[in-house]
Amino acid sequence: MSQTDSNSLLRIADLTVRFRSGHADMTAVSQLSFDIPKGQTVGLVGESGSGKSVTALSILGLIPQPPGHIAGGQIWFQDQDLLALPEKALRRIRGNDIAMVFQEPMTSLNPVFRVGYQIAEVLRLHLKLNKKQAWQRTLELLDWVGIPEPQRRARAYPHELSGGQKQRVMIAMAIACEPQLLICDEPTTALDVTIQQQVLELLQNLQRELAMSMLFITHDLAVIADLADEVVVMYRSEKVEQAATADIFRQAQHPYSQGLLACRPKLHDNPKRLLTVADFLGPDGQAKQPVIEAAAPKPDKTQQGVLLEVRDLKTHFPLKSGLFGRVNDHVKAVDGVSFQVHKGETLGLVGESGCGKTTLGRTILNLQAPTAGQVHFDGIDVFAQNPKQMRQLRSRMQIIFQDPYASLNPRMTIGQALMEPLRIHRPDDCQALRQERAVSLLEQVELNPDHLSRFPHEFSGGQRQRISIARALAVDPEFIVCDESVSALDVSVQAQVLNLLLDLQEQRQLTYIFISHDLSVVNFIADRVGVMNQGRIVELNTAKAIYHNPQNAYTQKLLDAIPKGEPKIRPKGQTTGIIT
Amino acid sequence: MKLKLGLALLVLVLLMIGVGPWFGTQDPETIHWDHMAAAPDATFWLGTDVMGRDVYMRTLLGGQVSLLVGLLASLVSVAIGVCYGMVAGFIGGKTDALMMRLVDVLYALPFLFLVILLMVFFGQHLWLLFIAIGCYLWLDMARIVRGQTLALKAQPFVEAAGAMGQSPMTILRRQILPNLKGVVVVYATLTIPQVIMIESFLSFLGLGLQDPMTSWGALVNEGASHMELAPWSLWFPALFLSMTLVGFNLLGDGLRDRWDPTSQQRASDS
Amino acid sequence: MVELVVKRLLWGIPVLWLILTLTFFLLRLAPGGPFDQDRELSPAVEQLIAEKYQLDQSLPVQYAQYLKRVVSGDLGPSFQYADLTVNQLIGLGLPVSLQIGFWALLLALLLGVALGAVAALYANRWPDTVAMLTAVIGISTPNFVIAPLLILWLAVHWQWLPVGGWSGGEWRHLVLPVVTLSLPYIAAIARLVRGSLLEILSQPFIRTAQAKGVAPSRVLLYHALRPALLPVISYLGPAAVGLMTGSVVIEQIFGIPGMGRFFVQGALNRDYTLVLGVVLVVGVMMLLFNLLVDVLYRWVDPRTVPTDAAGARG
Repeated sequence: MSQTDSNSLLRIADLTVRFRSGHADMTAVSQLSFDIPKGQTVGLVGESGSGKSVTALSILGLIPQPPGHIAGGQIWFQDQDLLALPEKALRRIRGNDIAMVFQEPMTSLNPVFRVGYQIAEVLRLHLKLNKKQAWQRTLELLDWVGIPEPQRRARAYPHELSGGQKQRVMIAMAIACEPQLLICDEPTTALDVTIQQQVLELLQNLQRELAMSMLFITHDLAVIADLADEVVVMYRSEKVEQAATADIFRQAQHPYSQGLLACRPKLHDNPKRLLTVADFLGPDGQAKQPVIEAAAPKPDKTQQGVLLEVRDLKTHFPLKSGLFGRVNDHVKAVDGVSFQVHKGETLGLVGESGCGKTTLGRTILNLQAPTAGQVHFDGIDVFAQNPKQMRQLRSRMQIIFQDPYASLNPRMTIGQALMEPLRIHRPDDCQALRQERAVSLLEQVELNPDHLSRFPHEFSGGQRQRISIARALAVDPEFIVCDESVSALDVSVQAQVLNLLLDLQEQRQLTYIFISHDLSVVNFIADRVGVMNQGRIVELNTAKAIYHNPQNAYTQKLLDAIPKGEPKIRPKGQTTGIIT
Repeated sequence: MKLKLGLALLVLVLLMIGVGPWFGTQDPETIHWDHMAAAPDATFWLGTDVMGRDVYMRTLLGGQVSLLVGLLASLVSVAIGVCYGMVAGFIGGKTDALMMRLVDVLYALPFLFLVILLMVFFGQHLWLLFIAIGCYLWLDMARIVRGQTLALKAQPFVEAAGAMGQSPMTILRRQILPNLKGVVVVYATLTIPQVIMIESFLSFLGLGLQDPMTSWGALVNEGASHMELAPWSLWFPALFLSMTLVGFNLLGDGLRDRWDPTSQQRASDS
Repeated sequence: MVELVVKRLLWGIPVLWLILTLTFFLLRLAPGGPFDQDRELSPAVEQLIAEKYQLDQSLPVQYAQYLKRVVSGDLGPSFQYADLTVNQLIGLGLPVSLQIGFWALLLALLLGVALGAVAALYANRWPDTVAMLTAVIGISTPNFVIAPLLILWLAVHWQWLPVGGWSGGEWRHLVLPVVTLSLPYIAAIARLVRGSLLEILSQPFIRTAQAKGVAPSRVLLYHALRPALLPVISYLGPAAVGLMTGSVVIEQIFGIPGMGRFFVQGALNRDYTLVLGVVLVVGVMMLLFNLLVDVLYRWVDPRTVPTDAAGARG
């Protein structure tokens, strides 16, 4: 069997991992082989369920067994096959020679121990430092990963830190023993863009300083563009392509990689529709030639009549504290927002988590009581409606939520879910008519109408989001708030849903407010974009103007933080690392 | 596994209780002076107690009473608990805080003591027994249902129903109630053995039902006090009582594994 | 923390008052009186007795006087035990109940956690099945069934332990009552620990610990068990009250002079002051134990304020 050559640190050879589910065996990773060279970063890219995380866990021997089991292959590290190593020997490698940073910083730290203690534990375990030395080193590490006031923060519990700080703590824990290989499994997916950028920079610097190798797992090619030296693309548990990062971006060979690159909206060019993986890869796996529609400038829709007018809207939440729960402060989620939306237009609202964009959407629809201000929908004062009038008005304005899993009642079939709004707003229709309408709605969102009697759990995330869209359309609304409606989806599915939203807008003359944390998505779908920060809209302009000529410092900061999706060009000599 | 075992036990017990008395040859209350504390034989299948009464018939008839009390009191507690919890959780805000405060206060009362007092003072009527127990056990159910309702109310699909223009009552009925069904059934199943346990405890203290009516708890009490003379008059009621309680607990556990939203989530994640 | 304690103690006063008031009027509304069972008394004697226990005054006056006395710490004379005050009676019974309850709680905690941890570790394999089946049977078997069984085997048949009695709390007399009392609690805690551990073991932070190279035993006993014990802590409040306020059944079967029997006897004999005294002591204990549990909870779990006794039913 082949071992690692002098240049490669880790060699995965013919790795096959299976999971038993029910009576069937499902292959999670099939015949995967690739090398991680010393001092270099390899990006492992694929959508959810493609087997990339399973690969990472296999390296550390952390596949839950059962239901998983390694069906074949070797993982060579320093002349030993990690898969054949006894558990005890493997433990000496984990956290010491090979360390890992996980996706969910919120739940990856133990909630009942101080973060400093959790870092010190690795040091005491592998480097055999005593309590005092370990604590001292922990403080240095925290300082190194950019945590301010390490003395104080080391004593904090995980819930007292922000998401970005938690991920920094995770990183400090991973690099504590200066590992030769750092595995990062979607380390920035749960973070805001500006934080994502900082964490990526940190990882890049650490990799250089420690001269370590890195395996970076992500679903988003753009993230690793200027981080990885080499990219391995996985699709349906197999490796479909492996190439230098620059080559992947310039001329991807496999149709899936091409699709993956094309489906992510880009800031600099604005196609009419996004290409999806399906445009490159036929259902049987054969390559297709995509039809590229020429980019057309967006028509100016501000000449249309105003459908929605928001005037000085405020939504504050009281903060209670003290012995008797007195209100002594407010969270100003929405703090004086005014804008207009024209008929047939899409207004994008972009901002980081906690900026108030979701509250704004909910307040506009009167799902959340406002503190002050007015919303006029087609000339109707929304907040002045009595409950009955409001319920009638709701047939004209709808909302699509983020979480495709929680958006549908698990105990209702798809047919029932789609017919429910019809029962409310067209009580006189007969059952057959409703059924007919439900079928046509499913067809409009490109789902199989035979699935009416199925329950939500039988559908994938993308399909569920289509069902939510169909449900919103059931009452024939003029206006829809899309609240992070594509954020939980894989990029390729996201592109499909975005295209669907655009098609529906054209067919039905819909007006959208599209809320997202992702500026490139908003830039693609919206005519005008409002940038939100701390409850206010700091800048509102056409998408093009926002991108090319940002006026506000915060907008500029957001724009800078977005991964550009362009590979770094590094001189050849530098990539081989320091060990020569 | 648990589900099947629990169901099997319960079916067995129910069959015995329901059909068994038909085959019995003895009258449960007749005192056989010549057969006091007799070991099981062909006439007295499970023996007789110290007063010479047939243990077989008394155990089965006592079981009918125990089960009846268990089911009725559970019904009372489920009905109160579900309504109360659902209303509190759905309305939310100050109403919820007030309603739950009341539950907290009631929790702080030594309720079992009050039930004992009630039984002591107002006679040992069957209906009073299950109302008293039912009024005591509804608190757990109210909390569980309220928590579930709160969680459901925050779900996007409930908000979507509101955004769709569904009225609050319809949302409660069509969106929330169907999702509560699982939890309610599970915890109702687990309430029944609790009730039977309390009833038998009261009967054991002599505060339950009065002669000639009997229940497993009363029988176990009688049996325990004469266990040296007629151990079978303790074994058989105790065995039946335990089998029933194990059956209900297994059934409830099994249903919870299958239906409880939290365990269900885990199942669909994997 | 101080705020919590103060808030709870303040909150406890109206709750205790409510308990007392409810019980007081319930007792007085009930048919029968404390001296009914005795043979016919002459009106003069009856008058004397009524005066001694202040039964000659109107109910509201009696209620006010009783409250006043309770506030000063005097629970009044017992009706049944003519020479003893309720304070004295409780002083005799409570230490016995506390002692048995304490050992039972300790046993339940140790065995329950161990059993639950083993079951979780071998989830869905035979040790788990055996442990959980035992637990279900433990929960489902009333202690008045288990107690005679234990007596029959361990005391009567093999004569290892005394059948009953107290003997000033000599350990051989403690074993059977403590074991009997703790069995259902062992089972309940084992089930709670198993469920909670399985939940915790599927959390991402356990994977983090494994990825650090921490040994499985340490992952289980340290990283997983501590957060997994939180529901057990919530359960400890009700459990401690149930165990330490005296179990009538255990006291009756094993002939132990605890506090539980006072209540039932008192209720049967219409011994108003004794019943009220016991109810008050139990109420105070409930408040104290729940407060203790909340403080403990906050100490173990830095994150949250416990919203309710989440562990009431696993």
